[in-house]
Amino acid sequence: MKFSGTNDYISTKDLTIAVNAAITLERPLLVKGEPGTGKTELAKQVASSLGLEIFEWSIKSTTRAQQGLYEYDAVSRLRDSQIGDQNVSDISKYIKKGKIWNSFESKNKSVLLIDEIDKADVEFPNDLLQELDKMEFYVYETGELVQSKNRPIVIITSNNEKELPDAFLRRCFFHYIQFPDHETLSKIIKVHFPDIKKALLDRALTRFFEIRETPGLKKKPSTSEILDWLKLLLVEDIDPVELKNDGKNLLPKLHGALLKNEQDIQLFERIAFMARGDS
Amino acid sequence: MFLNFFIELRNVKVPVSLREYLSLLDCLDKNVISFKVENFYYLSRASLIKNEKHIDRFDLVFSKVFKGIEDISLEDLLNKVDIPKEWVKKLSEKLLTPEEMEEIKSLGGFDKLMETLKKRLSEQEKRHQGGNKWIGTAGTSPFGAYGYNPEGVRIGQDKSRHKKAIKVWDKREFKDLDDKSELGSRAMKIALKRLRQWARTGLQEEIDIDSTIKSTAKNGYLDIKTQKEKNNSIKVLLFLDVGGSMDPYVKKVEELFSASRSVFKNLEYFYFHNCLYEGVWKNNRRRWNEQIPTFEVLNTYGKEYKCIFVGDASMSPYEILFPGGANEHFNKIAGKDWLFKAISQWESHMWINPVPKKYWDYTQTIKMVSDIFSGKMVPLTLSGLDKGMKQLMI
Repeated sequence: MKFSGTNDYISTKDLTIAVNAAITLERPLLVKGEPGTGKTELAKQVASSLGLEIFEWSIKSTTRAQQGLYEYDAVSRLRDSQIGDQNVSDISKYIKKGKIWNSFESKNKSVLLIDEIDKADVEFPNDLLQELDKMEFYVYETGELVQSKNRPIVIITSNNEKELPDAFLRRCFFHYIQFPDHETLSKIIKVHFPDIKKALLDRALTRFFEIRETPGLKKKPSTSEILDWLKLLLVEDIDPVELKNDGKNLLPKLHGALLKNEQDIQLFERIAFMARGDS
Repeated sequence: MFLNFFIELRNVKVPVSLREYLSLLDCLDKNVISFKVENFYYLSRASLIKNEKHIDRFDLVFSKVFKGIEDISLEDLLNKVDIPKEWVKKLSEKLLTPEEMEEIKSLGGFDKLMETLKKRLSEQEKRHQGGNKWIGTAGTSPFGAYGYNPEGVRIGQDKSRHKKAIKVWDKREFKDLDDKSELGSRAMKIALKRLRQWARTGLQEEIDIDSTIKSTAKNGYLDIKTQKEKNNSIKVLLFLDVGGSMDPYVKKVEELFSASRSVFKNLEYFYFHNCLYEGVWKNNRRRWNEQIPTFEVLNTYGKEYKCIFVGDASMSPYEILFPGGANEHFNKIAGKDWLFKAISQWESHMWINPVPKKYWDYTQTIKMVSDIFSGKMVPLTLSGLDKGMKQLMI
């Protein structure tokens, strides 16, 4: 079982190796990188290229580790007991399976995506150590030991908002998705817009990298932003000539897709103002 | 195997443990990668490194430890590594197509093949520039088949690709992410978030599941209990040095300031110049008209505040030591006494210095201020902030 990128997803060599190492050793893969470089997409593509089912567990700041395993609905059991429901004696009726349980139970090998693990509480990863290491956990309410039939491929993404504990990191493979270079980026774009004209692509990419390299940007536009922007350019049918940087109009057409921060737009306006003063 | 590499990594304080090292060996054992230096680089990076801030140091070590590799001449290798011919033969029979076998035979069998190979290799040594040609032809010649055996891969390695591979770690693309370098405001936020202390304050708002269940079980009816919401209870007092020698660090301090503003709910900040004296101010433009007496600040903010000074602590020693030493006005009380007042009022305190640590020894007053703060001075880097925040939490 080897992953090697898909038609819809350009995987760099280092990423491919990291994914394959994680698949072979059956260890979780931790993926970090700038927002919008395709971390979440990776898991989906691994699943689709290997033909596996994917279980997505998106983490929020309120998510607890236990929720991934199972939840015991004590309140509805209490309510049922008051109205004399028959189910009350069967405790397993009140246990809701979480995503991790689902993936452990899956008949075939599956992909388990734990998305944005850094959103959760600092202790969250520690609570999952044993579960991800041994791929088994204990349900206290029923006394059942849940073991994975096929160890799922676990892909974990993080936006670096919190530091992850060492003990957790030791168990993972790690990959940092770097912002793609010009060559890789044009490959990625070709995948998404196969019919794009070369002239437009060249102009757009040049402008994009110019914007990205402007010092002082609060949020640099990334892969997903350029894809959105190109989509808009194609829909509006913009002539490549209009994208040319003439020094006066520093912001290209439809820049709203690229710059999402008011301060960044102001920064460009200031630069443009100064450029006009010079000429 | 690669133990040297592992130890070198530990030496430069990259936190690799035996566990990661073993999993790297496990990967090699299970043939996750083909034997190419570049692939090995990627694999070892994925298994040994767990934080992008260490990648740059990893690159440096990798380049140091494996530096010799590209210098080994092909002839040396071939002479030194005596490949058992029988083994090559067997392996080839397994891997080669009948047509390829025929081709080898047409070249005169394996012995002849090895001879030719050696000859070609030395030929390449002689005209080093034209080396590409040999490699180019190797792809289609029987030597291509040779590539299947592990030693052969090394011999038949495409040199230009190899060079490119070296570049991958020599490029040092991850330099910016090393925490020993300076940091952006986002990274600062993460460092500052260390300083979180959750306490329950304010109105009773959240449902407390545990005690609800307990009291419901006890009473026999649904008895809902609530608890107070969690809040970040840390209170921070920030003193920022402005003007003069601080000008080069304005941007860094600005970033630190904006980061701390968004992290701490209870943040109070004041500006000072060079050293703390009898007045501080909140608006730098009106610093002369709107000074707040330092005594007032000392009396207003209680002991629970964490006190952080940010400044380069670079000035004339007089400005710290003597009354009247301040360079902008006449101060009745010496700067050091004001600093002592501040740190005795706020027991958790520290001084963040934007001057890189290696230059600290060249300025006398940095040492003086650091002594006043009993060594609690940290550089404005991620690891510095980290260390400082840990000290503040005690």
